[in-house]
Amino acid sequence: MLAEPFIESPSATGAVEARNFSFFYGKKQALFDISLAIEPRSITALIGPSGCGKSTFLRSINRMNDTIPGVHQTGEMLLDAKDLYTHGTDVVALRQRVGMVFQRWNPFPKSVYDNVVYGPRINGVASRPQLDEIAEDALRRAGLWDEVKDRLRRSALGLSGGQQQRLCIARALANQPEVLLLDEPASALDPIATAKVEQLLHELKSELTIVIVTHNLQQAARISTRTAFFFLGELVEADSTDRMFTRPREQRTDAYITGRFG
Amino acid sequence: MTAVQDPPNGFRHFHDQIDELKARLLAMSTRAEEMIEQAVEALLHNDHGIAEMVVASDIEVNALEVEIEQRAVALLALQQPMARDLRFIVGAIRVSNDLERIGDHAVNIAQSSLRLIEQRATLVPDPEIEDMARRARLMLSDALDAFLRSDGALGRQVCAADDAVDALHNSIFRILLTHMMADARTITPSLELLLVSRNLERVADLATNIGEDAVYLAEGKQIKHHFED
Repeated sequence: MLAEPFIESPSATGAVEARNFSFFYGKKQALFDISLAIEPRSITALIGPSGCGKSTFLRSINRMNDTIPGVHQTGEMLLDAKDLYTHGTDVVALRQRVGMVFQRWNPFPKSVYDNVVYGPRINGVASRPQLDEIAEDALRRAGLWDEVKDRLRRSALGLSGGQQQRLCIARALANQPEVLLLDEPASALDPIATAKVEQLLHELKSELTIVIVTHNLQQAARISTRTAFFFLGELVEADSTDRMFTRPREQRTDAYITGRFG
Repeated sequence: MTAVQDPPNGFRHFHDQIDELKARLLAMSTRAEEMIEQAVEALLHNDHGIAEMVVASDIEVNALEVEIEQRAVALLALQQPMARDLRFIVGAIRVSNDLERIGDHAVNIAQSSLRLIEQRATLVPDPEIEDMARRARLMLSDALDAFLRSDGALGRQVCAADDAVDALHNSIFRILLTHMMADARTITPSLELLLVSRNLERVADLATNIGEDAVYLAEGKQIKHHFED
């Protein structure tokens, strides 16, 4: 059967919603019946101890877990009201709409320029002026343009860690995604580079739906609009970040964010 | 799936510091309560020595307020506390400020006692003042318990107790007014006793504030000014 293209609907807003979503690695269930609506054009932080399922949930939003053998899911994961897991979904197109940035920056061993235009190129954009425009736009949006405009042709691997991470964000932005997923994007960066990434996310949130997994609770508190707390594969509580970090409703949330597990 | 690990050492260290802050608050409130008790005792027994002692104690409570505030600010800056820890530390700053003012009210009462002794006043304080002092002290002690144990129900109970103290204050005002109208020589001592009553009424108000802070700490609900009623 031919893959059905995952076409962006005219009313697309980047709204993500999990409905009774469960996820399994073989027989082992990693997510239990998660229902969570992620507001478009905002930053949602996913927090919880290691192994709580937050990264599995994040990776389910662009079906990044599909590459692992034996996985399956139940329930729905909707992007703009359309289930991502319906048979025939074009996963490549999906991953362009839902970009992802990882903990360890992973630029290709190519030039800065080639990294950024990688996605548009494989999508058939061949015109040089068009690619130049895309590259400049994505690098500007990632707050990197002024730092790299004179070294676009040099290897991306020569940039600092923080610059490489922002380059990965630029590479994701070049595909014009509606949703940007970030898995611990700043955990290996120094405070100055972290601040730049956080500032960048803050600026991008008016254009994109951003979902970030972080172990750094202060970071979640600083940058997110809403926070969701996962524990043992369950969604314990999701609320405005302000509420979650000052007056969480659930005892388990309070115990986690104040370090009182036992 | 693995069970949740022990809190990292950093957290344990932090919680020890929170416990230390609690201990300082407890010491401060014990001192403030004693000052109220002694000030009223000085008043009832015309005890110049005890009154002087209360006046001298103020410096101790003031120093505790500064110490608690410094500890709390350091914890905010260095540990970036959240949720109940954040509510506790912000509350501790407010509570220590209220306790310091309670210490000031005790000093005011002690100074009224000293002036009454100096005037050789013959007017005996009404039993209502003693009752008011007892209630205000109980409210203070319950409010601190509620805050330190994070007991919202007890915090609400303290807030509810304030009405009885307000009623006693009004009643004392009427009694003293009667004295003053009957005998002009009682005007000066009556005004002193009215000041004492006013100070005790303020102590109960401040205890109510602490009760409200206890509710916020325990439940995350702001009940000040009926905000979340």
